[in-house]
Amino acid sequence: MTDVAESSTSQLAYGPTDWDDHHHLPTNTGLTNEKITMWAFLGSDCLLFGSLVSTYLLLRNRVGPATRGPTAADLFDIPFTSVSSFVLLMSSLTMVLAVTSIQRAEMERCKLWLLTTAALGSIFIAGQVYEFTGFYREGLGFTTNISSSAFFTLTGFHGVHVSLGIVMLVTMWVLVSGGHLGPERAETIEIIGLYWHFVDIVWIVIFAVVYLIP
Amino acid sequence: METIAASEEDTHEEHHDHGLSDVGYIKVAIILGVLTAVEVATYFWDFGILEVPSLLILMVVKFQIVVSYFMHLKFDSKVFSYLFVTGLILAMAVFAAMGTSMVFWQDPSGCDASSFC
Repeated sequence: MTDVAESSTSQLAYGPTDWDDHHHLPTNTGLTNEKITMWAFLGSDCLLFGSLVSTYLLLRNRVGPATRGPTAADLFDIPFTSVSSFVLLMSSLTMVLAVTSIQRAEMERCKLWLLTTAALGSIFIAGQVYEFTGFYREGLGFTTNISSSAFFTLTGFHGVHVSLGIVMLVTMWVLVSGGHLGPERAETIEIIGLYWHFVDIVWIVIFAVVYLIP
Repeated sequence: METIAASEEDTHEEHHDHGLSDVGYIKVAIILGVLTAVEVATYFWDFGILEVPSLLILMVVKFQIVVSYFMHLKFDSKVFSYLFVTGLILAMAVFAAMGTSMVFWQDPSGCDASSFC
């Protein structure tokens, strides 16, 4: 009993960096609460995007009686979007390399991969802005018809997720550069990575279901 | 105490197996790139009736690869899998519910709810 009491007291006294050093997690599940929370969030985000994709699929060819204009599918530039998709896919590789780098305490390499991931994400967002601008010039705005509203809501929400991911990545880069985030807190980068990969898998679904399937 | 310590050590090993090496991740990314190229090829060449099924299969395979390897779900605790798969199942239930309510439950006049007529 004394051992258990001492162990509990010492675990409570541990800071967030200490328990990593001792290879013990101060939770009942043996998993960190931060990681569980991120997975729970990603599970709930599946519902958000599931609803948005469903809405788009149901409304994709409908322009309504009082509205007209093209649908998004009429204006897709598949070669351009394919390049954007490839860029986002490769950003998942650079993200996972950032995670493995910090786990091996290779901080300079971690910073490089974090910046590369943020840059690839920015290229994707720039492509999306270019695509949306082109659609608008062709007469397809958010309120042109219900099909366009569903399309812009779906892809816009995804774009917001990517943009938030870029902010997180740059924040991580600043923390690592300032020495505030070291190998003992590698899981923080891993959790940000989970979010980034989720954004990638959502695009995998959008690219196939919205852009490629006729 | 020794038993507890051994148990904790097992838990540690199970939850902190981080899977592939950097080269392994690069190989996974190459596979994903090739699958994406095949997907895009369906836009340029006519795959006939196989087009939609092949695109759906490729999408699921790519999804599975990213979740399993890049997100470490293959190597991590099953708790994370349960949380994520629950969300996926609920999302598919939402799709099924919307599909049935807006496509199959049509007005007798032939004007279905999703056409807003």
